[in-house]
Amino acid sequence: MNENGASTQPEQGLAPAADPEPVVVFRNVSIAFAGPPVLEDVSFSVAPGETRILLGPAGVGKSVLLKLTNGLLRPDQGSILLFGEEISHMPEENLFPLRTRTGMVFQEGALFDSLSVRDNVAYQLIQEQVPDDEIDSRVRAALRFVELEETFSLFPASLSGGMRRRVAIARALIRQPELLLYDSPTGGLDPVTSTTIIELIVKERDVYRTPSLLVTHRLQDAFTLCTHRFDAEAGRMVPLPKGHTDPNTTFLMLEEGRLIFDGSLHDLVHSQNPFVREFLE
Amino acid sequence: MQPFFPLAGKPMAFDTIDRTAKKVVLTVQDYSLFVWRAVTNLFRPPRYWPEFLVQSDIIGVGSTSIVLLSGFFTGGVLALQSAATLSAFGATAVTGRFVSLTMIRELGPVLTGVMVSGRNASSMASELGSMVVTEQIDAMRALGVDPMRKLVTPRIFACVTMLFFLTIVADAFGILGGAFVTIFMNHQNGTQYFSMAWESLRFPDIIQGLVKPLFSGFIIASIGCFYGMRTSGGTEGVGRSTIDAVVFSSVLIIVADFLLTQILLSLFAHL
Repeated sequence: MNENGASTQPEQGLAPAADPEPVVVFRNVSIAFAGPPVLEDVSFSVAPGETRILLGPAGVGKSVLLKLTNGLLRPDQGSILLFGEEISHMPEENLFPLRTRTGMVFQEGALFDSLSVRDNVAYQLIQEQVPDDEIDSRVRAALRFVELEETFSLFPASLSGGMRRRVAIARALIRQPELLLYDSPTGGLDPVTSTTIIELIVKERDVYRTPSLLVTHRLQDAFTLCTHRFDAEAGRMVPLPKGHTDPNTTFLMLEEGRLIFDGSLHDLVHSQNPFVREFLE
Repeated sequence: MQPFFPLAGKPMAFDTIDRTAKKVVLTVQDYSLFVWRAVTNLFRPPRYWPEFLVQSDIIGVGSTSIVLLSGFFTGGVLALQSAATLSAFGATAVTGRFVSLTMIRELGPVLTGVMVSGRNASSMASELGSMVVTEQIDAMRALGVDPMRKLVTPRIFACVTMLFFLTIVADAFGILGGAFVTIFMNHQNGTQYFSMAWESLRFPDIIQGLVKPLFSGFIIASIGCFYGMRTSGGTEGVGRSTIDAVVFSSVLIIVADFLLTQILLSLFAHL
């Protein structure tokens, strides 16, 4: 049993992602910034439809790993495959089309201060010169998904921290990406707002089944993601039956730049690794 | 016990010089690559013309008042100073010639460059620096947009274009400032002032005055954007980048002015 009272058996009736072609592959990736390695010999993959939760205390290189995934940073060693393409040494110009297929939610939202919520969410559509009417309707749909339609013409400065994250999620979702990257989406938020954000992530996972990589140091958020599902009829997140977990939501854990755990919630809570045990307790 | 080598373990002067030299070379290398990318972006799509127009408005229209005022009063000061000296030789009639040549060949371009640098290199460095530290630049890249194309190239192109016209404004208002002092304070003949100012000008003078702002504009925007885009260290880092951008762009404008004057004078020596 985990701390939420649910056991860690996968949800029956839901098969784990079966497609053999992973969306993201890390092979022996290492990176350093003028000092000891931030990440060392990291290898893992993200399969289609899979949600991978990257756990670890602050400063172990979780955000760096996320930025390596879409080529915002380049590894010193190893290779990274995004949608089957090797991106470690890919020129920046060739990376831009690949990045448009991904959505990224930054730690503090990283909304453009000088643009309205509408223009922030529609940023990619505006670059693609999509007609204004279509932009408006798609932005409203994305904002409706995060339950912030009323912020359409506001500016980021007038939004709360939680609202900024939700707008950032709407921005990441507007082009229906093939991969979602969440960088500590609940960091620095109060518990109620954190639950709202996690509910949105569960909703996204269960409605669109977009593969995603989520970075967090908050264990309760990770467990909530694994032990809840989105009930489309009720329009809210509900717990899975006792003893069941989402089979496509799995865990990674970093310790001082090294990947020390890769597996399911069941494996995580039964791990004998002292660092994992300490982190869980 | 006193160690045998009293300075053992402490950085030697040579190490400091070595590190500083490497840092300078690395910065120059980074700047060269940065400028190369920014300029070559002009010749490949996508090009962000709306950004160019917005930046032209901010740099050009926004700087008009400070350029106009500094030009006018510099022209006035030149007229005051020159009249005092020229009267000793009975040559106050050439005040117009002195003011127009000095403004058009030298002070117009340099003053405009330094004024615009103080206003725009700082704003570019702080704006881009803030975007870097709040991950907005990374967000832009993650959304598939090249910040070099979207933010840097339009600023450089706009600054070069606008500085050209701002310098013409500064020159014109400098000559008017000189005329104001000559007519209303020194009580000399205005027609004579303008006639001397006009007749003394030659083609090389105009070329000198109009080539320099192209370089100044390039220096202001490229240095401002360069320091902004390499900002690190939070809000304190933004402050550092802003200071560096203004200091380096102002100094480089004067250095470039010296070099350009030397080159242009030798080019037009036969005229």
